[in-house]
Amino acid sequence: MNNYRMDILVCGGTGCQASDSIPVIESLNREITEAGLDQEVRVITTGCFGFCEQGPIVKIQPDNVFYVRVTPESAVTLIREHVIKGRVVKELLYEEPETKQKLEEQSDMPFYRKQERIALRNCGLIDPENIYEYIAVDGYMALGKALNEMTPELVIDEIKKSGLRGRGGGGFPTGLKWEYTRKNKSDRKFIICNADEGDPGAFMDRSILEGDPHSVLEAMALAGYAIGADSGYIYIRAEYPLAINRLKIAVKQAYELGLLGKNILGTDFSFDIYLKYGAGAFVCGEETALINSIEGGRGEPTVKPPFPAEVGLWKMPTNINNVETFANICPIILRGGDWFSTIGSERSKGTKVFALAGKINNVGLVEVPMGTTLRDIVFDLGGGIKDGRKFKAVQTGGPSGGCITEENLDIQIDYDSLTEIGSMMGSGGMIVMDEDDCMVNIAKFYLEFTVDESCGRCTACRVGNKRLHEILTKITEGKGTDEDLERLKDLSQIIKDSSLCGLGQTAPNPILSTMKYFWHEYQAHVVDKTCPAGVCKALLKYHITADKCKGCTLCAKACPKKIISGKVKEAHIINKEECIACGACEQVCKFGAVTRM
Amino acid sequence: MATIKSLDELKAIRDKYKSSVDMRSSIDEEDRIRIAVGMATCGIASGSRETINAIVEEIKAQGLTNVSVVQTGCLGYCYAEPVVEISMPSKESILYGNITASKAKELVDRHVKKGETVKDWIIERSR
Repeated sequence: MNNYRMDILVCGGTGCQASDSIPVIESLNREITEAGLDQEVRVITTGCFGFCEQGPIVKIQPDNVFYVRVTPESAVTLIREHVIKGRVVKELLYEEPETKQKLEEQSDMPFYRKQERIALRNCGLIDPENIYEYIAVDGYMALGKALNEMTPELVIDEIKKSGLRGRGGGGFPTGLKWEYTRKNKSDRKFIICNADEGDPGAFMDRSILEGDPHSVLEAMALAGYAIGADSGYIYIRAEYPLAINRLKIAVKQAYELGLLGKNILGTDFSFDIYLKYGAGAFVCGEETALINSIEGGRGEPTVKPPFPAEVGLWKMPTNINNVETFANICPIILRGGDWFSTIGSERSKGTKVFALAGKINNVGLVEVPMGTTLRDIVFDLGGGIKDGRKFKAVQTGGPSGGCITEENLDIQIDYDSLTEIGSMMGSGGMIVMDEDDCMVNIAKFYLEFTVDESCGRCTACRVGNKRLHEILTKITEGKGTDEDLERLKDLSQIIKDSSLCGLGQTAPNPILSTMKYFWHEYQAHVVDKTCPAGVCKALLKYHITADKCKGCTLCAKACPKKIISGKVKEAHIINKEECIACGACEQVCKFGAVTRM
Repeated sequence: MATIKSLDELKAIRDKYKSSVDMRSSIDEEDRIRIAVGMATCGIASGSRETINAIVEEIKAQGLTNVSVVQTGCLGYCYAEPVVEISMPSKESILYGNITASKAKELVDRHVKKGETVKDWIIERSR
């Protein structure tokens, strides 16, 4: 082993790769070799740092300097200035938007200050393609400890004590799930890792698999030991090529070192892991549909009970946990359930990873203790709303969840508090919306998604959601009536009551929740025939304010329908009857005279 | 790759690789020792690169895990380069001058490991 004195950590997650982190790595390596430093300084490709908005992220250790938005060109400067001469490159530091202060250390940034990383502990720290780096940070020690020093019952007790609940959205206590599966007698049992992450905007599972795949493999083997299973499946969507690739490498390395396979660490325990690719159907995140899909059947849910813990894969008792749940297991075994239960809120222990997306400044992944307020997440970590616009709502729980408005911003987030206000934790996706988002249109967007993703088994979900979508379309086109609003409510309730699985039972949630909090927007569309946010095209009218118009004629030239009239240097007028609301006039006006109404 | 056959073997592998990721933990942990080597043009010209490498090597050889070795810019003591600054936890830092690679190894042993201040090599700070 070489004695490297400096590690340059570069994010190799999907987010940063999309902003060119691979050319940055190449550029860094080239420059290091040219400077003759390749025996002293090395570049490590890590998993996701979470701050995707500012990618590619480069962190230099042990100096503890965090660089953002590094390009292949500025990477050259990094080596010449920072690495060779020990001078921090100021222009590549993160600048705090409010104070305009350049921050060197990750721990000083508002985005990281309130984070507590358990599930993401190794993301951005180790090279996910090198099993020795994982071992160096106590990797496979939890499995070793369990196999050598703990009975399966003790392992389950520890998980129960921790209070860990399923991170896929259901929030079922993980320890209990393991116990049920253990108690069911059978020749064979299975472990499944649900990596069919499907909520729009959520990507924590992908980031964990890309940044720390071994933590999931180790936890699956541990679960296998605890419930008495000898093999496990990872059901992952084929749309995650990088995660699949890293998993394949990790599985191969784990087998080579005997950390998977026969007689792990010289004990009687053997465990195999297989990868199974999904085609990306949302319903396959539902556990019975997922099992059907692994068995080669259609991805359709079946009636529960029996639960997979009794009758699961190949009719054997099966324990299914989500990726993030597994990522929490090893720290619990190593540090104890008591330690874990000190973190978080009364009824929800530990941390939760949230994916911030939408109209928020710091798009990315954050991991915070349960019980953190939404205000902290959106305004502190998330850096507030883009372009200084006004906050309107956050959609949590994806298409199954609901929206949270300003009045509930100070609620401490956990499984139960979100359910109480009509939303849900879901997998932790958070889509932030501002004053420019039309809530009727948002509800329509989610319905479009569920209509697409319904497996078609239950009539209520297959036909009902389609009808809901049609009614919403009608409303956004200004053709809605009061009866339509009533119908939306009734039909939503029917679909919720008569669908078999979670998809149908929750599909109308975006409608019910937006109706509850933004009834006035629905009213505006139906009664006044206006869209307050100015989104729904059919309801838009453009207007030229006479005293602001200088008569420059730009709008008249830009109008595709040629319906703007007026003389040069005189105020122009739009013929509202013929206007198609394309917005071309608003875009070209230099005086802010064209407004939407 | 040979298979790992016991927990003890796994622990041995962990201990072997631990030092290679150790430097990635943040240096502001309280009980961490920080060694800064002047690596500006003046430092490099006087051999500070050899010095910093010798320090890193010695720390690994001695099996010290709570030390961060970082490089820093010019401190203004160009006449005394290579300059090495050692900060022990909750103590004022001490600045050493003319630390060649061989002196650096001795410094790690005497100051960092044994806690002795090597008086003869200290630079008088002009205030």
